[in-house]
Amino acid sequence: MDQHLLQWAYLFAAILFIFGLKGLSSPRTARRGMFLAAIGMFIAVVGTLFDREIVGFQGIIIGMIIGSAVGLGIAVWTPMTAMPQRTALSHAFGALAVTLVGVSEYYRHGAGLSAVTMGAIGFEVFLGALTVTGSLIAFGKLQELMSGSPVTYPGQNVSNIALLAAMAGLLVSLIVSPGMSVLFYLLVALALVFGVLLVLPIGAADMPVVIALLNSYAGLAASVSGFVIHNNILIIAGALDGASGFILSILMCRAMNRSITNVLFGAFGVAATSVASADEVYGGKVKSATAEEIAMLFDAARRVVIVPGYGMAVSQAQHAVRDLAHMLEERGITVEFAVHPVAGRMPGHMNVLLAEANIPYEKIKEMDEINPTFTQVDVAIVIGANDVVNPVARTDPKSPIAGMPILDVDKARTVVVVKRSLSPGFAGIPNPLFAAGNTLMFFHDGRKAILELIGALKAA
Amino acid sequence: MEDFVGPLTIFILSGFVGFQVITRVSPLLHTPLMSATNAISAISVVGAIVTAGSQYNTVSTILGVIAVASAMTNVVGGFVITDRMLKMFRKEQKRD
Repeated sequence: MDQHLLQWAYLFAAILFIFGLKGLSSPRTARRGMFLAAIGMFIAVVGTLFDREIVGFQGIIIGMIIGSAVGLGIAVWTPMTAMPQRTALSHAFGALAVTLVGVSEYYRHGAGLSAVTMGAIGFEVFLGALTVTGSLIAFGKLQELMSGSPVTYPGQNVSNIALLAAMAGLLVSLIVSPGMSVLFYLLVALALVFGVLLVLPIGAADMPVVIALLNSYAGLAASVSGFVIHNNILIIAGALDGASGFILSILMCRAMNRSITNVLFGAFGVAATSVASADEVYGGKVKSATAEEIAMLFDAARRVVIVPGYGMAVSQAQHAVRDLAHMLEERGITVEFAVHPVAGRMPGHMNVLLAEANIPYEKIKEMDEINPTFTQVDVAIVIGANDVVNPVARTDPKSPIAGMPILDVDKARTVVVVKRSLSPGFAGIPNPLFAAGNTLMFFHDGRKAILELIGALKAA
Repeated sequence: MEDFVGPLTIFILSGFVGFQVITRVSPLLHTPLMSATNAISAISVVGAIVTAGSQYNTVSTILGVIAVASAMTNVVGGFVITDRMLKMFRKEQKRD
């Protein structure tokens, strides 16, 4: 194909990508938008196959077949609850591709690289390599192949900064003398190590921020790779991905009232200075209830709000929750769902699970929308959420979660908390909500609790 | 430096477009957004294809083939899984 024609194909694809993302502004237009983006991808890939530089197709075909098969397998068989892991893994794949292209470019040109291109390649493999290992660690934590708790050791931040400085030094030396290939491969190796060290100290509940950040890095790496191989569509698509990941990480941080530096270097929950001990908060004040007692609450209820947290995903309770919601609606009760931005392990995690259970999206309310209305809620049911409904965030400025926006479930007439025990959430602090006068604790596994509740409602 | 300012212009302007478009994405769809942008940035497969097919040397070709495979995983996987998720988001339907 004419190289000019290929550039036109890329431009067309870039426009379709932007329309695709624009479609995501509403669930009504989202599928159509992504269909356009997929067409853009198809045009770009097919066009590239006609690139004049390509002389052999064997390797390309093998790579495409393997990649398509693996991708399709993952896409079809990943359960919705495992979406965070899948996302982390896909960042690793994307970054690996970019890193390998960078290494290959260096291997081919080596000493002949201009300062600008060498700098770009260095930056590309740095970002790419750290995203590969960082995402694999995130995957390991989310898949529970390794402990989800933060790994910390003395001098952690100092050694990380030293490592970063060493890599910056290597990059500068390479720009000055690009032929020193030992330095290049050392840079790749250090970036791989750096990725591991960056994600190890981050706990599982901070994963929404980390996944979004790795998303951003993967996009930036792809974008820089466009600078290296002079390909505009890579620059554009990578910048879109980078912007998206960056915005999501900011949104997640804001929803926790923390800064990105605090998430990355703070190792939350380790040194949480608990202001009040669990005994002080809970001592004799926690009321536990049975399914039958809770079922009676709904006799007089007109408005019920269900607040899902990570516990709902763990116990796969979303389908049982849907059945409960239907049952309440049949009694003429209004049922809505309140989702905190950081509920779950990745941005939007709860929405996908509720959608999977066929809950219409109009019933899923964001925090800002539902918070002012909690005073008119008869029963709020909290399933597997803890820190995001802890009123201490509003009341105690010394608490580790002080200032974090929470769902004001404590303002509802009655609160039912489904939870296995009084164990603290990720922030490591007790939750006065559980001991509040209007709260009933239902100590049980999320799914079993809802099923028992359904049984009790049927019997009543 | 000329060949740097051109791409940089494209990068910065795309970043602005991205910022404008992404801030309008419904929070409801943040998970599909991640898999969607992931699929789109897997356009890096075009760089990998050229690397794998140009046959400069064996090392480049092997790295290229692995890069094609991993980027293609995201192209196919990303679009399919995004659609699988988006298909589930539906409006209220009348139940009997």
